Formats: sequence, structure tokens, C-alpha cells
Amino acid sequence: MKAVILGGTSGMGRAIAQRLVERGDSVFLLGIPESDLVRSAADLKARNPKGEGGGYALLDLERPEGFAAALDAADAALGGFDAVIVTAAMFASQDALEADVELTRRLVTINYANTVVFCEHARKRLLARGGGKLTVFSSVAGDRGRKPVAIYGSSKAGLAIYLEALDHKFHAAGLSVLCVKPGFVKTAMTAGLKPPPFAGEPDQVARDVVSAMDAGKPVLYTPRMWALVMLVIRWLPRFVMRKIGF
Amino acid sequence: MPGMSSAIRHEGVVEPAGAAATSRGAPEPTLSGWGRQTVRGREILGENLEALTKGAVLSRGLGRSYGDSSLPAQASDKVVATRLANRILAFDSGTGVLRAEAGLSLADMNQLFIPRGWFTPVTPGTKFVTLGGMVASDVHGKNHHREGCFGAHVRALRMRLADDSIVECSPTKDEDLFYGTIGGMGLLGHILEVECVLHRIPSPWILQESERVRDIDEYVTALNTAAPTWPMTVGWIDCLSQGSALGRGILMAGRWAEPDEAPKLPPREPRPITVPFDFPNWAVNPLTVSVFNGLLYWKHMDQFGRGIVSPDTFFYPLDMLLHWYRGYGSRGFTQYQCVIPRAAGAPAVREFMQLLTKLGGASPLCVIKDCGPQGKGLLSFPMEGTSIAVDMAVSPDIQRIVDSLNEFVIATGGRIYLTKDRFTRAEHFRAMEPRLPAFEAVRAKWDPKRRLRSAQSVRILGDRAA
Repeated sequence: MKAVILGGTSGMGRAIAQRLVERGDSVFLLGIPESDLVRSAADLKARNPKGEGGGYALLDLERPEGFAAALDAADAALGGFDAVIVTAAMFASQDALEADVELTRRLVTINYANTVVFCEHARKRLLARGGGKLTVFSSVAGDRGRKPVAIYGSSKAGLAIYLEALDHKFHAAGLSVLCVKPGFVKTAMTAGLKPPPFAGEPDQVARDVVSAMDAGKPVLYTPRMWALVMLVIRWLPRFVMRKIGF
Repeated sequence: MPGMSSAIRHEGVVEPAGAAATSRGAPEPTLSGWGRQTVRGREILGENLEALTKGAVLSRGLGRSYGDSSLPAQASDKVVATRLANRILAFDSGTGVLRAEAGLSLADMNQLFIPRGWFTPVTPGTKFVTLGGMVASDVHGKNHHREGCFGAHVRALRMRLADDSIVECSPTKDEDLFYGTIGGMGLLGHILEVECVLHRIPSPWILQESERVRDIDEYVTALNTAAPTWPMTVGWIDCLSQGSALGRGILMAGRWAEPDEAPKLPPREPRPITVPFDFPNWAVNPLTVSVFNGLLYWKHMDQFGRGIVSPDTFFYPLDMLLHWYRGYGSRGFTQYQCVIPRAAGAPAVREFMQLLTKLGGASPLCVIKDCGPQGKGLLSFPMEGTSIAVDMAVSPDIQRIVDSLNEFVIATGGRIYLTKDRFTRAEHFRAMEPRLPAFEAVRAKWDPKRRLRSAQSVRILGDRAA
């Protein structure tokens, strides 16, 4: 696999990047800041069995005008990528978002509008060469309108619907779209929250994601138990959702 | 919910997700050591140690120290969890020099480097530790008599100090800080990066010999005899055995297998089993332990055994049981590990075992090792002699047992291992540690206000609690 990863310097994205290079896949990193990209690129190079790779380019999800150039750089470095993975996104608590409309605008722009724009650039390049893999992180927060993640969840819901449609439309043309819906995972984002019983680790998520990519699955709940948890939550009636706090 | 993006400028706008939990009245967060001692407090988790350690008073890796070394002195103390800072910054495949962020785990390192013919020069009995933790505890292994502690193979450390400055120290630059940090339990500064040297291994397999040993005297002799010929030795002791069989057990010696001795294929990745829930508190009792120990002893049917085993089997047998502390139940457990100096003689080891049996420290796990000369770490544990480690369930008697053992160890001129400790009294530690004033002097230089501290440093070194 020759993969471009947007968000591969931290959290679950880093774990996926490490897992891929350790088994011999090539990875090119996109993101910011450069100081972080340099360190992660060195890490991936050291983890690659042949000591190869280590390419990166700057990409700021708030600046869509730079998307095409960054993907071109990745394409040149990898000699034509066949997989694009997006784990980058923005998170803010519902309280913070409600208190600051500008923050809300940024979050929905980054998580939905700009991520879709990035995927369109990537998708076109992949289809032009006969297909490939597009793996994008949505969230279990996008499965139901829930009080503590009203705005964040809606941005992830929109993204999930877009990814579902991409799969419907381009599967026959060779595009393998994977929508990843992580549950609670112990990363910097969830630090300080008391982990629920099925909390996952980034490594475990990475293992699930890579095997789902290999198998060509369209949707992945990870850790797996969250598929069951969300099945229940999706079927809760409205009067219950109005009462409960999650 | 993916992590906060690395592709967005979001400094200062995103409030910690934790706020939501407290407003919903979620239970107070807690932190635990491996022995289940639990205190109020929370760890701050993230990839960027340089940013996170600013103003923090303690760093912790994977929380494998048994007692309170990695626990905060009070709930509001800022504790940084390093385990996500796991990047390798450089590896020289000519010399084996590795530089990495402090949260890189040994499990990760082994998985990456054993297949390439490299291994850490020193490994503790679990691979679920971080590089930073290996330095702070100055871990030792089955090869202490050959290679010393892990710290002897560290070339440089990048650290965040108590005054929030960042420095690089080494055996030649700020060496007092460097040697104070080796085995210094994280009290001189936060370890951000570690540079160490890996060793070449001829194959990914271990050649192991094992031998049934009839009693403790035979043990001490056998360990001494094996030391010159075997780079790695360790023994398991049935510590419920009494009388003429006191200290019977199984001695294991090993070395890396040569390519012509080793199987063609590398070892398969182990599949550990998870202990799913707390056993009842009575599960580990003298009867069950004696049955377990008897089985383990007689399972070794022949007097001698020899074979090829995987590094995981040889170094990390207990890692096959994830969350094995649950076997002790909710009461938790502690490990008592001490070294009895060679100068005190073999009878002292026998007397220690007799005392342990008399005090009723029933344990399925009692490990005996040979230690070489003391290293340069100012508070590093090992010294020339015999190290004994024994697990004990926490009971109402535990303080009395630990006190009695400590008094014996002090009389022999030995000492205990802080990484395992939870019950040693300050006055006992001072009595067994003549190097303490030297450590305190270095600490006074780099952290005069003793801003960096842990629950353990409050208990043992008299740091202020609040």
C-alpha cells in the first residue's frame, strides 16, 4: 500500500501510520506543524524495515487552497498513491461551541466542508488511476443527535453520509471507501474523561482499521463493541433521548 | 471521535473534554499503581511531552511500578502520562544507537528490533514499560551480573527540569543530574527523550537450561556457579517450602541462540489471556499457593531441562496474563524486593527465607537473582549480592511484615527496590541507603524547592504532601 495520511502525527492516525510502515507499506504524512511532521517522519522511517520513506508535506485543513499541491507532493514522493487516510479533525466540547459561534463555524467547516473538499481532491486522483482506498474517520457521535455532541456529532454525521454516497456511487469504479466510527478511545482528546467499559487504545483501533482496509469493508465501528452500543442508541425513541444526558 | 487534529491550528480554543465529565457529576478520577494502590488524581495524556510537562510535578509511563512511585502526592498535582509520546527519533543500524521519546514502550521496541537482530541490553520482567520508566527505575534483568542496569547503556537524556527549563544531560554533561536521574524515580526532572544503545543478537530465540534446585543454599551456590558461564540467570522459589526443602525451586539460565541452533522461523506473536475480573480476596491463600507451587515444582519432571524458547517465554512469562493483579482481588498486593549483599554470606539468604516463611508471606511468585556490582545511578537498586522478590497480598499484617523484613535487610547491609515499594518507612530507607545524602544534594541543586514529587517521595523522602 502507498498511503497518504492526513493527521498521521498524533492519536489514532499515528498508530495507523506506524502499523502500516512496520509491515512494509509506504506512508506520506500531511498536516501541521512542520516540527511535528519532521519527528513523525523520522519515526516512520526508523520503523520501516528497510529504513525507507519519511516524506511529508504541510497541509492545514483550514486552508483548502493548499490541498491540491499537498496531494501532488505526496503523489510525486510515493510514485502514485493508492490509499488516502484522513484522521484529522477538530474537537471541542458542546459547552465551548455554544459559547462561541465563531468556534462552531470553524469546527463545522473543518470537520465537514473542508474534509469533503479534501476527499474530493483525493477521490478524483484515485479514480483517475482506476481506484484505490479512501479511509476517513467519522465518529459514533454522528450516529444520533445527542446532547453532549450536538454540533461535533452533526459534522461527523454529514461526513458519514457523504462517505456512504461515495461508496454507492464509485464502488463499481474501484474506489473502496471506509467510514471509521471510533467509540471512546484513550487519546489526548479524551484525556480527563473517565473511560467507559469499552474504551479502546489507539493501537487497537489501528489494528481494526488496517484489517478493515485490507478486507475492503465500507463501515467500521471500533472497538467492535461500539457497533452494539450504537445499535441500541440508534433505536432509542425520541422521548428517551430528550430525557437522558448523553 | 478522532483525536484533536494535527492539521488544524487550534491553540487555545479547545477546552479540555474533561470539563463535561465533572459537570455531569462523574466519579472522581483515580490513578493506581500495579499493586492496586489507588489515589485521587488524573493523568494528562498527550503526544507532546515538551508542552505537557510544563508545570507538571510527575511523569508516569505505563504505571507498572508496584507501589506509589508513579502516583501523585495530592489529587491536584499535575501528572503527565507519557505513553503516547512514542516516536523513534533516530536509529543507527551500524552502532545500535537509538534515540526515542520517553513514552516508547519496550513491547514496541522488541516487536520492531528483535526481527532486525537488535535487543535492549537490559530488560525487566515485563515488556509493558516505557523507556522513561526504564531509566527512572534503572531497571535490571536476568543479566545484571554481566551488563549492569539499563542506565549503564544510556548515553543521553533530554529533560524538563523543575524550573521549567529543558536540558540535555549525559555522563559528560551535567553528570550529577544524569546519574541522579538514573534510578531517581523521576524526581529530578521529566524525561522527554532517551538515547541508549541496543545490542546485536544472533537470532530471535533463547537457549534455556533449567534445573530443579533442592534448597536455598544450593540455590545461592548454583546462581554463583552459573553466573560466569550464562549471561542470563533467574530462579523461582517455592517460598512455602520449609525445613530441609526451604527455598527449593527452579533455576533458569539462558543465552541468545546461535543461528544454527535456532528454528528457521521467528517466534510467533504471543496471544495473552486477560484475567477478566477480580478474584475473591481469599483466592490467593497459603493452601492454594502451596498447591500451585507444588505443581510448578514437580512439573519440572527431570532434574535438568534444555530447550529453545521465545524471548517472550523467557523474559516475560507474566505478560501472558493481562491484568494478572486481579488474581489478588480488590485488596491489592505488593512486592517486596531486596538485595542481600554477597558480603553477608549465603546464610543470610537462608535466614531471610526463614523469616519470610515465619512471617507468613505466602506467595505464588518468589524470584531470586544474582546481582553484579552497583552501578552509577545515585539511587539505583542493585548491588553485588542476591536479589529476592516476593509478591504479597495486602493484609492487615503487611506493614509489620515489611518492617520486619526491612530490619533484617538493614542488618545485612542490603536495600530495597523503590519501584516495587509501597510500605517502607522513611527511617528504614535512610538506614539502608548511605547514598541518600548525595542524591539529596543533587536534588537540592536542581530542584531546591522539591517541586517535583510523588506519593512515594512524600512517604520516603519526607517531601511535603501539599
